[in-house]
Amino acid sequence: MFPVTFDYLEARNLDEAIALLEQHGGDAKILAGGQSLIPLMRFRIAGPTILIDINRIDSLEYIQETDGTLHIGALTREAELDNSALIRNRYPILLDTSSMVADPIVRNWATVGGNIAHADPANDHPATMLALGARIVARGPAGERVLSIDEFFTDAPFETALAPNEVLTEIRIPAPVERSGGAYFKLERKVGDYAIAGAAAYIVLDAGGNVSYAGIGLTNLAQVPIKARNAEQSLLGKPLDDAAIHAAADLAAAATQPTSDTRGPADYKRAMARTLTVRALRKALARATGGE
Amino acid sequence: MSTHHISVTINGTPYEGDVEARILLVHWICDTLRLTGTHIGCDTTSCGACTILVDGKATKSCTMFAVQANGRQIMTVEGLEQGDKLHPLQEGFHEEHALQCGYCTPGMMMTSLALLRRNPNPTEHEIRVGISGNLCRCTGYVNIVKAVQYAAEKMQAAEQVPVGAEGGE
Ligand SMILES: Cc1cc2nc3c(=O)[nH]c(=O)nc-3n(C[C@H](O)[C@H](O)[C@H](O)COP(=O)(O)OP(=O)(O)OC[C@H]3O[C@@H](n4cnc5c(N)ncnc54)[C@H](O)[C@@H]3O)c2cc1C
Ligand code: FES
Ligand code: FES
Repeated sequence: MFPVTFDYLEARNLDEAIALLEQHGGDAKILAGGQSLIPLMRFRIAGPTILIDINRIDSLEYIQETDGTLHIGALTREAELDNSALIRNRYPILLDTSSMVADPIVRNWATVGGNIAHADPANDHPATMLALGARIVARGPAGERVLSIDEFFTDAPFETALAPNEVLTEIRIPAPVERSGGAYFKLERKVGDYAIAGAAAYIVLDAGGNVSYAGIGLTNLAQVPIKARNAEQSLLGKPLDDAAIHAAADLAAAATQPTSDTRGPADYKRAMARTLTVRALRKALARATGGE
Repeated sequence: MSTHHISVTINGTPYEGDVEARILLVHWICDTLRLTGTHIGCDTTSCGACTILVDGKATKSCTMFAVQANGRQIMTVEGLEQGDKLHPLQEGFHEEHALQCGYCTPGMMMTSLALLRRNPNPTEHEIRVGISGNLCRCTGYVNIVKAVQYAAEKMQAAEQVPVGAEGGE
C-alpha cells in the first residue's frame, strides 16, 4: 500500500536535522534506515506529515572504542556491526544481537539508533543495551544530554525520553573489563521474524569469582523492553553457579508479562524466557572466564 | 505533499523524473521506468523479491522511497546480462534448475551478486545465511544454493590470473 502523503526533507548534517525538528516539532519524524518506519507507513499505522531523512549524515556512522567506552554512531547499520572485527573480538554480545535482527538485506539499512529509538519491545537491541547498561546521547537545540538506557525507555510502548526536537546521536557501552562477558539468545520461528522471546545477559566477576555486576534484558515479553532487576540483584556478591543461574532465570521469567498470540501462548513464552536467561547467563559466564 | 526531481543511474543508464515523496522506489522502477524485472511479493518487507543493489548494497526496494535514491547508483536484474551473454548467476539458475515460477529469482540473484562480490567463495552455510532474506515458495532452496555455487566457481575462474603471472608466496 502507499503511505499517506507527506513532505520529505533531507538533512545534510546533524545541526540541520535538529533545526528541522525544531521547526516542525511533533508533525515530523526522523527517517533513519526506514526498516520499521516505512512498513508502518505502508500500513498507515504511522502517518507522519514530515519526514526528515538523516541517511546521508555520514558523521553519524561509526564504531569506535576510546577511553574505556564503545561509541556507536546512531546511523551505524546493523551490517556494520555484523562485519566489524572490533565487535566480533571484544563485544560478542553485540554480534549475537545484530546477527539476529531481521535478515541480511534489512540489516544493510537498519540502524542501531533506529532500533533503540523505535522502542519496539520486539526489537532485539533494547534488551542487550539494558543488560550492558548502555548510555544514550541525545542532541537537541539546547545541546547534548546523556541518558541511561533505563531512563531512555518509558512505561509506554514505542515511547522514549527523547524530546520531539531531539536526535539520538550515539550509544555508549562500557568496554569489557577483566572477567566480564555477555551473550544474547533469541528464539524465532524463522529467519527475519521478531522474537518469540529473547534474553540478554552481561556479567562482571570480581577477583574472588563473585558477581559484581549483572545486567539482564528481555525481548518481546511485555509491552516494553524489560530490565529484570530482581534477577540482576539476586546474582550480586555470589559465585555464578548453576543454582544462582536458575534462581535468577526464575526471577527473570516472573518479570515478564507476555501475551498469547501467533508466536505462542503466554505460558510458553514465559518458560522460554527462563530457558533463554539460563543460556544467556551460562554463555556470559563462559565468555567472562575465557571459556569461549 | 512534496514532489522532487530525482536523477538516478540504473544499470549504467541515467534516469530522471519527478516523484511524489511517498512513491516507493520499487514502484518508480517498475511502474514509471517500466523496468519490470524487479518484483513485489509482499507488503511487509519480508520476501526480498524486490531486492536491487543501491550503491552496491542489497536493498529491499519496497522499503525505500524513490526520492531517497536521488544521485545514487542502482543495479537491477536487467543489469546482469551483458550484450546477449548471460551473467554467471543467470547461467547458474538455468543450469541448476533453480527456479520454477521465477517470481523470487530476480531478488535471489541480486542478493547473491552482492554476497559473491563480498565473499567470492562462500560456504553452503554462508550462502544460506546470505539469502535468508529472500523467500522462495516453490523451488525450495537446494537448487538455488547450487546455482549460487555454480556462479561462484564461474566468476572465480573468470578472475583467475594466468598461471605464472602471480607473485611467489
Ligand atoms: C522484515 C523485518 C523484520 C525485522 N525483524 C527485526 C528483528 O527481528 N529484530 C529487530 O530488532 N528488528 C527487526 N526489524 C526492525 C529493524 O531492525 C528496524 O530497522 C529498526 O527497528 C529501526 O531502525 P531503522 O534505522 O530502520 O529506523 P526507522 O525505521 O527509520 O525509524 C524507526 C523510528 O525511530 C525513529 N528514529 C530513528 N533513528 C532516530 C534517531 N537517530 N533519533 C531519533 N529518532 C530516530 C524514527 O523517527 C522512527 O520513529 C525488522 C524489520 C523488518 C522490515
Ligand atoms: S516486496 Fe517483499 S520485501 Fe519487498
Ligand atoms: S521460483 Fe517460485 S517463488 Fe521461487
